[in-house]
Amino acid sequence: MSSTGFADRRGFLKVTGVLTGYLAVGSPLALLAPSRAWALDLAAFTGGQGATLMAAARTLLPHDGLEDAAYAAVVRSADADAARDPAVLRLYTDGITSMGAGFATAGEEQRVAALKKIEPSTFFQLFRVKALSVLYSTPFAYAYFGYEGEAFSKGGYLHRGFNDLRWLPEVPPADGGPMPDAGS
Amino acid sequence: MARHELGDDGVVVIIGSGAGGGTLAHELTRRGIKVVLLEAGKRESTASFSQVPNEAFAQLTWLDPRTSSGDWAPAKTNPGLPAWLAKTVGGTTTHWGAVTPRISDWETRARSTYGEVKGTSLIDWPIAHDELMKYTALAEQRLCVTRRAGNPGLPPSNNFKVMYAGAKKVGYRRAHSGYVAINSRAQDGRGFCIQQGFCVQGCKLGAKWSTLYTEIPRAEATGNLDLRIQSMATRIEHGSDGRVNAVVYRDANGAEQRQKARAVCVAGNAIETARLLLLSESGKFTRGLANSSDQVGRNYCHHVLGFTVATFDKPVHMWRGTSQAGLVEDEAIHDPKRGFAGGYFIELVNFDVGSLPLAALPYGWGRDYASFMEGYRNMAGVMIVGEDLPRPDNRITLSRTTKDAHGLPVAHVHVDEHANDVAMRAHGQRQSQLVMEGAGAKRVVHSQGSPMATHNLGTARMCADPRDGVTNAWGQAHDIRNLFVSDGSVFSTAAAANPTLSIVALALRQSEYISREMTSRNI
Repeated sequence: MSSTGFADRRGFLKVTGVLTGYLAVGSPLALLAPSRAWALDLAAFTGGQGATLMAAARTLLPHDGLEDAAYAAVVRSADADAARDPAVLRLYTDGITSMGAGFATAGEEQRVAALKKIEPSTFFQLFRVKALSVLYSTPFAYAYFGYEGEAFSKGGYLHRGFNDLRWLPEVPPADGGPMPDAGS
Repeated sequence: MARHELGDDGVVVIIGSGAGGGTLAHELTRRGIKVVLLEAGKRESTASFSQVPNEAFAQLTWLDPRTSSGDWAPAKTNPGLPAWLAKTVGGTTTHWGAVTPRISDWETRARSTYGEVKGTSLIDWPIAHDELMKYTALAEQRLCVTRRAGNPGLPPSNNFKVMYAGAKKVGYRRAHSGYVAINSRAQDGRGFCIQQGFCVQGCKLGAKWSTLYTEIPRAEATGNLDLRIQSMATRIEHGSDGRVNAVVYRDANGAEQRQKARAVCVAGNAIETARLLLLSESGKFTRGLANSSDQVGRNYCHHVLGFTVATFDKPVHMWRGTSQAGLVEDEAIHDPKRGFAGGYFIELVNFDVGSLPLAALPYGWGRDYASFMEGYRNMAGVMIVGEDLPRPDNRITLSRTTKDAHGLPVAHVHVDEHANDVAMRAHGQRQSQLVMEGAGAKRVVHSQGSPMATHNLGTARMCADPRDGVTNAWGQAHDIRNLFVSDGSVFSTAAAANPTLSIVALALRQSEYISREMTSRNI
C-alpha cells in the first residue's frame, strides 16, 4: 500500500482508532500493493467514528464498483484535519453524532434520510467538499473512471488518442489545424 | 541578473511579474531602463511544475485569505477564495488556459453602444480601437497565438470535435480550434503542444506562453532586471511633491525593505493592485494613492462565466488534449434582441476527474450526482465567457475583519450581479445546451463554474474624464505622474475576450510611453 501511504504515519503518531479493509480482487491497485489488506491508523477519530464517516462518504458519492479503500482516503484526510485542529475535531465529532447511532450499518435509504436532515449544517457542507476533493483524486478513482492522469512523461496525448473520436464528423482542416510534427 | 541598490532612485519598480508586469519588465529593460521587479510568490519552472492537479493548484495559487460579500456565487461557495489568481513568478500566465480572442470595436465604446444601462457605470475606452488593435497584433506575434500572425491552428481534440459538431447543428459559422497562445509549431525557443491536457497545472513543455520562461529570462539577459521573489509590496510612498518615490515590501524573511524608485508600475492583478493603492493612504492622499476620484477598487468586473458539461453514449476522453483549444465566436456580438447588452464566447474546456466536481458541476450528492460522474469517459465540456457590466459598488475594499500574515487588512471583494449578467448567463447556458444536444448529449448539467473569478478587471480603469476612473489612456494615474497601473485593472470595461492578450498589448504600448516620458524627463 505504499502508493496510497495509508500506513505512513504509524509509529510516530498516537493512534486513536483503526479502519481496515481489503482491495477488491480485480482492483488495478491490487497489482501494485504488497498485500490486498489495508489498514488506516486514525490519529483523531475512533474506529467507530471512522467507519461512520466512511459510510457517509459512500452515501454522498455512491459508486458501487469503487472500493472501500478510496472512501477510506476521505476519512484519512478528514482525520488529519481533525488531528491538527481541535475545533475541526469537535465539528466532526458533533457531526458524526448528528448522523445518529447505527448510521454506518444502516441501509442506504436510511443513510440518505439521515444526511438530508443535516444537509444545511456546517459539518455536512464541509464533509461534502472534503469527500469530493479527496475521493475523485485517489488512484482508485483514476483507475475506476478511466482517467489517465499525468501525460508529460509519456509524450502527451498527441499520439495517444487525443483525437481518436470517430463517432462524429471530422473537423475540416480550416477550422482545426495540422499535426505539429507532420512532414517536418 | 542585476542587483540594484535599495537606495537607487533611478530604477523603475514593477510590482507583479504576470502578463502585464513581466512583459513591461522585458520591454523597459531591453530599452536600457533599470527595473526592480517585486514578486510575492516563489519561482517555479517547467521542471518543478507539479502534475498532480491539487498539488499544482496549491503550488501556483494565491492562497492568502480574502473576504467577500454580495449576491454572486463565490461569496456563498468560496468566500475566502473568491478569485483564482496565481502567486508565483509569471503570475496567472503560469496557470491560464491561454485563450486569446481580441476585444471588439464596439466593446471599446461600451457606453456609446449600449446606451445608459441603469445600475451600471459604463464608459467608453479612452483608446481608439485601431490603436488597441495595433498593439494587440504585436502581442499576438509575441505570444505565437494560433490562427494569428501566420500560425496554424491546433489540431482538433475529441472534446473539440463534440463542440464543433454541436455548434454546426446550432448553425454557428465561426467555430474553430481557437486563438490560443500555445505553440502549434515549435518557435520562440519553445516546443509545440503535445496535447497533454495539463495547461492549468503549468505547461511542462513551455508550449504555452508564460512570462516565467519568455519575458522574464529575456529581461534578466539584458543585465537590467533585478527580480526579487517572495517580496510582497505593502505600501507605495510619495514625497512632498506628490510623486511616488519608494516601495515598501516584505522580503523572503519577512523583513521590511524600502526600494527607492523613479517610477512605480503596479501589476498585482485587479484585486491586489486596488488593495495596494488603498493601503498606501497618507496625509496627502487620505483615501489611498491615485484615489482623488474615489474610484480605486470600484467597477470591479470578473466576466460572466458558466460551465456546461454533458455525457454522451460513446467515449470522448475529454482529459486528453489542450484544455481550451476550441472557440465559438458567433455570440460575441451586441444584439439587444437577445435580452442583454454585450456578448460572450463559447469556449472549450476540459477537466481532470478530480477537479471536475469541484470546478464545473452544480451542487449535489447522492445517486443522481454519482451517476453523472460515472459517465466521465463519455463527457464533454464548454464554458461561456462574457462581458459583465461595471457597477460602482462592485468593488475591492480593505477588509475590516481579516488581516494577512504581515498584519495588513486583506482585500474584501463585493459583487452584486447585474440583471444583464444574469440574462447573459442564462442565454449562454441555453445555447451551450443546444450545442451539446446537437452533438447527441444524453444528459447536460450547468453550473456557474468554479466558484471563483479568474478574470479580474476595472479597479483602476482608464478614462478620459478623471472623475470616472483612476488612470489615463496610458495607464498612468491621473493624480500622480510617475505612478502606473499595468494589469487588467486598467480595462475601462470588461469586454468579452479573455483579458491576457489585451493586458500584454497595453503593457507593450505603455512601455513605449514610459520610456519616452523618461527620456524627455517628464518622469
